[in-house]
Amino acid sequence: MSPLKLKKGSTSHSAYNLRPTFSDVSERHTIAVIVDNEAGVLARVIGLFSGRGYNIESLTVAEVDHEGHLSRITVVTTGTPQVIEQIKAQLGRIVPVHDVRDLTVEGKAVERELALFKVQGTGDKRIEALRLAEIFRANVVDSTLDSFVFEITGDVGKIDAFADLMRPIGLVEMARTGVAALSRGNQ
Amino acid sequence: MNKQTGARQITGAQMVVKALKDQGVDTVFGYPGGAVLPIYDEIFQQNDIRHFLVRHEQAAVHAAEGYARSTGKPGVALVTSGPGATNAVTGLTDALMDSIPIVVLTGQVPTFMIGSDAFQEADTVGITRPCTKHNWLVKDTDALPRVIHEAFHVATSGRPGPVLIDIPKDVQFASGTYVGPKQVETSHYQPRLKGDIEAIEHLVELIETAERPIFYTGGGVINSGRAASQLLRELVEATGFPITSTLMGLGAYPASGKHWLGMLGMHGLYEANMAMHDCDLMINIGARFDDRITGRIDAFSPKSQKVHIDIDPSSINKVVKTDVPILGDVAHVLEDALRLWKARGRKVNTAKLQKWWSQIEQWKTVKCLSYKQEGKIIRPQYAVERLEALTKDHPNRFICTEVGQHQMWAAQYMGFEDPNRWMTSGGLGTMGYGQPAAMGVQVAHPDGLVINVAGEASWLMNMQEMGTMVQYRLPVKQFILNNERLGMVRQWQELLHGERYSSSWSEALPDFVKLAEAFGAKGIVCSDPDDLDDAIREMLAHDGPVIFDCLVAKHENCFPMIPSGKAHNEMLLGEAETQGVIDAKGSVLV
Ligand SMILES: Cc1cc2nc3c(=O)[nH]c(=O)nc-3n(C[C@H](O)[C@H](O)[C@H](O)COP(=O)(O)OP(=O)(O)OC[C@H]3O[C@@H](n4cnc5c(N)ncnc54)[C@H](O)[C@@H]3O)c2cc1C
Ligand SMILES: Cc1ncc(C[n+]2csc(CCOP(=O)(O)OP(=O)(O)O)c2C)c(N)n1
Repeated sequence: MSPLKLKKGSTSHSAYNLRPTFSDVSERHTIAVIVDNEAGVLARVIGLFSGRGYNIESLTVAEVDHEGHLSRITVVTTGTPQVIEQIKAQLGRIVPVHDVRDLTVEGKAVERELALFKVQGTGDKRIEALRLAEIFRANVVDSTLDSFVFEITGDVGKIDAFADLMRPIGLVEMARTGVAALSRGNQ
Repeated sequence: MNKQTGARQITGAQMVVKALKDQGVDTVFGYPGGAVLPIYDEIFQQNDIRHFLVRHEQAAVHAAEGYARSTGKPGVALVTSGPGATNAVTGLTDALMDSIPIVVLTGQVPTFMIGSDAFQEADTVGITRPCTKHNWLVKDTDALPRVIHEAFHVATSGRPGPVLIDIPKDVQFASGTYVGPKQVETSHYQPRLKGDIEAIEHLVELIETAERPIFYTGGGVINSGRAASQLLRELVEATGFPITSTLMGLGAYPASGKHWLGMLGMHGLYEANMAMHDCDLMINIGARFDDRITGRIDAFSPKSQKVHIDIDPSSINKVVKTDVPILGDVAHVLEDALRLWKARGRKVNTAKLQKWWSQIEQWKTVKCLSYKQEGKIIRPQYAVERLEALTKDHPNRFICTEVGQHQMWAAQYMGFEDPNRWMTSGGLGTMGYGQPAAMGVQVAHPDGLVINVAGEASWLMNMQEMGTMVQYRLPVKQFILNNERLGMVRQWQELLHGERYSSSWSEALPDFVKLAEAFGAKGIVCSDPDDLDDAIREMLAHDGPVIFDCLVAKHENCFPMIPSGKAHNEMLLGEAETQGVIDAKGSVLV
């Protein structure tokens, strides 16, 4: 008996082909997670994202309350609204998590990232690098006769733009911190 | 003595035993090894906590699950470091998927050797992080009592689940100050129990007007406790709405109840699935829209408003979009809902409800579980039906299962009148679960009739536990539906893979009667339908563990079946169909 009328040798049918068909537009959200600063807590958060197949665009973490031993993790992620809601619910049920805040939903947040750029070059290229740095308010934090290290802070777009401009001039190495974010206003 | 506080100092190992006692633990399932010897030494020197020596750490965890599910109290397992801990992983994952509260204690190499690839070292908290609700590595003896109390709190609060405490050997030897459960500061982990009253009011309004309502209940009702089942029964009787349940929720509403439609889902009853598909109000109480339930998502109950009562925010809108989410504990929410509905005059749409019931009665005429016992070969459905008939009046019956076709037949053909009487591995589907789980149930209920309905392949996966059962005189009955096949796999190969039976044979099976005798238990074999009742009676009459080898038809399929990825109204009916009870295709489709 073969009630499913499948051709012999056919393999295209998966027993687990259950993908939901509602697929909305993907959104980018910045989520702040307040956690007990205890061993393994970052692994729990990262493991949640990898285990359930969610994206991490950037992630920053540091203790923000030394007395209460609380850390703030800022995650930038993308997903459909349903996935974003799941991410927040899943984060919220991790035992050492105290609070989960979707800064994107709460209203435009202040988002800043710090980056260090090493740019090599001499002559005109060197002058052009300095000129661009001034426009972007980047500081020179190290220099040799044929290189600079610039420090720049700003939102992700600003740092991307600076990188795009520096690349043809001689950008050889870059380090970025990932986004730190706070909601605007008095709340 | 602690010089500063004057408090008496005790060792970490003593703290473990004391904390367990203070948490009301009377039973521990475990297996010793180097890294837990100090704790075993303390267990040896007291009589309040009974330790059951299993034969494999996986079994210790399943036994703890069986103990927990049948009592509503957390189960406890104790295993050593390294291989002891890794053997516990399947049980932990099983408990996580099925929301079973258990506390697993593991030994660890001494703190100063962690990270050095020491003998029997494994990164236990790393390995078990994704398969526990929470876990702890305790590096300081003074922190140990607080962590143990917190662990019990986390395991049993909100959505229950497994937790693990990893205790290095030097922490067990060192001394510190003990604190009792009442002395530890309250945890910040406090899931909300009361549902939002506006949402509950919305539910009540929907109850008042619904034309084709259904209660879809799940394991969350069992998790919530006895009161939840009581309130559910009251609500069902008072509204007169039909009710179906998932595999995990069986017994919350009695199978003999007037409004019971039977289990729903992949192998659920025709009437239950059809009612789910056609309803206009679905009230999900503590179930999680598992894929065995929904089938194809976009065809899942397309015409209904969906209410979802769940304590875990991540269960809501995870799979199916909900119109009225109610975050809270089942008992708390049902209490409020009942009170409100009564206060507003106990209204339901009686006329439409009657019509709905006559539609349901019509679906019932399909008799989707019908089969014929003919000839000299026992059909597995018949074996389960006879087992049910001969045991259902026992006042204290508990049924466990392994995983496969037999599990589904047990769910279909057995009736559960009370919660906590049905132990099965639903979410993970762990073959080898039933036997140790039954052991845990029997330990918790020495006078209970505990039966493990098994397939021979699953049963072999933890058969070493016969030794434990004989040692502790646990009279569990192993009722093996022996089809000499990995039946459920074979069925899928028949239906989905062109009858290519790749490795779905149970070859070189043991003689189960001799096996029973080798363990010092009783063995019974039965192959003739005419002998079955007597053989079952003989099993029940024996005061001790029994292996019942029930030789059944080898190529039986489990129907009804909604193939994965299909809609509820695309159900395969098997015999009910072929016997011409209904015009096959036509009446399956709505
Ligand atoms: C071979 C095989 C076939 C199967 N076929 C079927 C089938 O045909 N039909 C079927 O039903 N299942 C079947 N299953 C089981 C299935 O895989 C799932 O395990 C099961 O359907 C899940 O049950 P549930 O939705 O009740 O959720 P559970 O896993 O029991 O989850 C309980 C839900 O309730 C919530 N909850 C917990 N405590 C509370 C509380 N106090 N208050 C409120 N909410 C709470 C939880 O957050 C969770 O969302 C099968 C399994 C196997 C192995
Ligand atoms: C540990 C584990 N391995 C594999 C499977 C896949 N599986 C599901 S059912 C089944 C066959 C079970 O055979 P048996 O126990 O004899 O029960 P039957 O289906 O024949 O009643 C298998 C292999 C599983 N669920 N668990």
